[in-house]
Amino acid sequence: MATLEQRENPLVEGLERLPVHPTTLVIFGGTGDLAKRKLLPAIYNLAHEGALPERFNLIAVSRADIPHDDYRDMARDSIKQHSRREPDDQVLDRLLERMRYVPGTFDADSVYEQLDKQAAEFDEEAGIPFNRVFYLSTSPAFFALIIKKLGEHRLDCHEGSDVRVVIEKPIGTTLAEALALNREVLSVLDESQVFRIDHYLGKETVQNMLAFRFANGMFEPVWSRNFIDYVQITAAEDLGIGTRAGYYDKAGALRDLVQNHMLQLLTLLCMEPPVTFSADDVRDEKVKVLHAIHAPEPDRVPEMAVRAQYSAGMGEGKEVVGYLEEDGVAEDSNTETYAALRLEVDNWRWAGVPIYLRTGKRLARKVTEIAVALKPVPHLAFEQAGSVGVQPNQIVMTMQPNEGVSLSLGAKIPGSRMRIRPVNMEFLYGTAFMSQSPEAYERLLLDTMRGDATLFTRDDEVEAQWRIIDPILEAWSRIPGSLPQYRAGSDGPQEADALVVDSHHRWRAI
Amino acid sequence: MPDEGIWSAQATTPSDIEEALRELLKQQHAKSEAYVPARVLNMVAVVDRDWRGEIYNRLEGVGRYHASRTILCAVEPGRETIDAWVTVSAETDPRPGELSLTHERVVLDIGPRHLKALDSIVDPLVVTDLATLCWAPHGHAEAIDALLRISQVVLVDSINEPDPRAAVRRAHQLVQEAYVVDLAWLRSTPWRERIASTFDPPQWREELGRLKAVSVRHRPDSGIAGVLFFGWLSAGLGWQPGSLVQRNGELFGRASARRGDVELLLQPNEKQNAPGLSGITVETASGMTISLERGTGGLTAHRRTRDGTESSWTVLGASRGEAGILGEGIRQALLRDPTYGPALECAEAMLA
Repeated sequence: MATLEQRENPLVEGLERLPVHPTTLVIFGGTGDLAKRKLLPAIYNLAHEGALPERFNLIAVSRADIPHDDYRDMARDSIKQHSRREPDDQVLDRLLERMRYVPGTFDADSVYEQLDKQAAEFDEEAGIPFNRVFYLSTSPAFFALIIKKLGEHRLDCHEGSDVRVVIEKPIGTTLAEALALNREVLSVLDESQVFRIDHYLGKETVQNMLAFRFANGMFEPVWSRNFIDYVQITAAEDLGIGTRAGYYDKAGALRDLVQNHMLQLLTLLCMEPPVTFSADDVRDEKVKVLHAIHAPEPDRVPEMAVRAQYSAGMGEGKEVVGYLEEDGVAEDSNTETYAALRLEVDNWRWAGVPIYLRTGKRLARKVTEIAVALKPVPHLAFEQAGSVGVQPNQIVMTMQPNEGVSLSLGAKIPGSRMRIRPVNMEFLYGTAFMSQSPEAYERLLLDTMRGDATLFTRDDEVEAQWRIIDPILEAWSRIPGSLPQYRAGSDGPQEADALVVDSHHRWRAI
Repeated sequence: MPDEGIWSAQATTPSDIEEALRELLKQQHAKSEAYVPARVLNMVAVVDRDWRGEIYNRLEGVGRYHASRTILCAVEPGRETIDAWVTVSAETDPRPGELSLTHERVVLDIGPRHLKALDSIVDPLVVTDLATLCWAPHGHAEAIDALLRISQVVLVDSINEPDPRAAVRRAHQLVQEAYVVDLAWLRSTPWRERIASTFDPPQWREELGRLKAVSVRHRPDSGIAGVLFFGWLSAGLGWQPGSLVQRNGELFGRASARRGDVELLLQPNEKQNAPGLSGITVETASGMTISLERGTGGLTAHRRTRDGTESSWTVLGASRGEAGILGEGIRQALLRDPTYGPALECAEAMLA
């Protein structure tokens, strides 16, 4: 008979918040923008809700040579400014008491020695080995270096507990870089210790796609090439690049959103039902989808990919400059602010169904959605005259701003004649649930501390994403000259229409 | 100020009220398509007329956990007719491209004679296909019995019953007919989570089989919350609960576990202001003691191991306050906690 130690904890049944092993979280880049705007507020909100491990410590590492107290003051200000709720001073004080700061550059051995010493002190004080999570909230240039140093200082493992490392995107800027980084990471760590974060996957509405597909019997029968005509995935932003010219002009729309977030949405939409919702079962299915997308031949790229830049136009009700006039952008930059692709998932379920993806800055409005267009009905007995007529059904899953699902249906216009027009049946997330959705980073930090990698990207997933995107980047890099332009505030460039393969396929209005 | 639609009538009927609700929703939608009615939960509260304002304010204080449609039935002695006030209000003004949720509130002044068939008054007023939660904080068991015909969930607060035995008996009776959300149980949630968490690391889990004594401190009127906590431990760990008996103003008892008896002690704490528990101490046969007390910024935890090593820490978490507990009760109406029923059964055995 199993002892209690070997058995599941019988007291966790029915609890909404499952226990999380005591954890020391180390944030490299603890004074950076991500830490201040997202990570520290997320940690506070977990503390507020009693969701952190019952014993929790935080160590921040950064170059600024400041004492612990100054770091705590900075952390307090950041939390007060960016938390989704008004902080409770008592909880905040207690949380800050458990924060330490280690100054130094990421290549300095002294940083890792101090880290080791501080983390060991926490263990000794508690009388138990804490799990350790190292969050690399730094420039990607430091990922390999920090992981190498963790290995050299034997911080990559810890007897009696787990060590995990969280890596922020981007994982490389090309396939070669991604392969090299994964190789370096996995020369120190086991894949099960690596949590590659894509904060999109932490959004409730993205996770809801799994519920929508696999908890509702009505969609599965139509979820295939037999009924689906085409799919459109849109991630449009109404804003320009703001102060991110330094990053954006090197990255571009394809790297910034398509390679990671949008391909993730595509995999969730197209994957087969996993055997279980364990991290590897889910990720296995996602990887299969990516493997079923053929990387384009370089000479075929112009047929399946379009890029463009925004020109001057209207945004947020006022005149805005074009991309090439933005501060920090070279006047001859050929970085794309808009990218559209046509992909095909070449497997039994999806073969022949075009999947259109598009993303861009300074478009007509901010919206992230997936539209699944069903095939038209085979025969119409109704009159078309005098109405907009019967349109194929569309299932639209909106991630932002009005999260929900809508289904367009044909309905009879009231009157003596049998005339039809499309109407919408809508489910709006906000109307059906009372709870405020947690920030994506809250969910993902907690999952990391619990060791649940379901919502994180595995090495083969990242590499498969790059195998699709790399040839496009490669082909584009060989085409000199200026890019097509689209007016700021519009739906994007006309060139994108050329991607549409069928006469009755249309880009949805943004 | 967000837009609000209002209607009222004296000596009215359920069908007139229902028509008014429909008309107000239409008007609201005509003002702006961005107004969208929340469609999560109906809530029916039955209260004494004198306390109508107080309960109304408590329900307003639950923030985002507002039921989509709240029907507040205020019982006024001697009243023969129904007066009604209906409001449809938005949380915020609609902003471009965004939706603004609306909620409906119906306040009914009714008389005691209406209670026996309250379901026939309320039924036309609830949103079809949404779960309906009913709550009678001032008694009115007769009204709850009638509402059970149209409700799926009953909200109770067992600490409101002066006699814990009667509280457990009533909750047990309701559990047979509906899903019960007990605020006394919800007040102990952070304590249950923390005890489960304390013994979760594999090196401590074995100690769960060696518990020797558990004492729970509580506000004097909240003993039932402590008994439910004992019930939870008993059901989870497979203990056979024995009766609790009075001893020097405290309740004392034993539960039979596989390795021997576990002593159980309930101690009233006069200094505790908020309803619910104020502290828990767990001792194991191997000499480990864990205690949790209310503290600033969370629960103060203290552990002494068999070799005498002591350690203290704060388990972080903000107090939810009574408004937060009520909000949590409303939220829980849409979930299902499988552990309350078994805990209640064990509690009933302890109070037998």
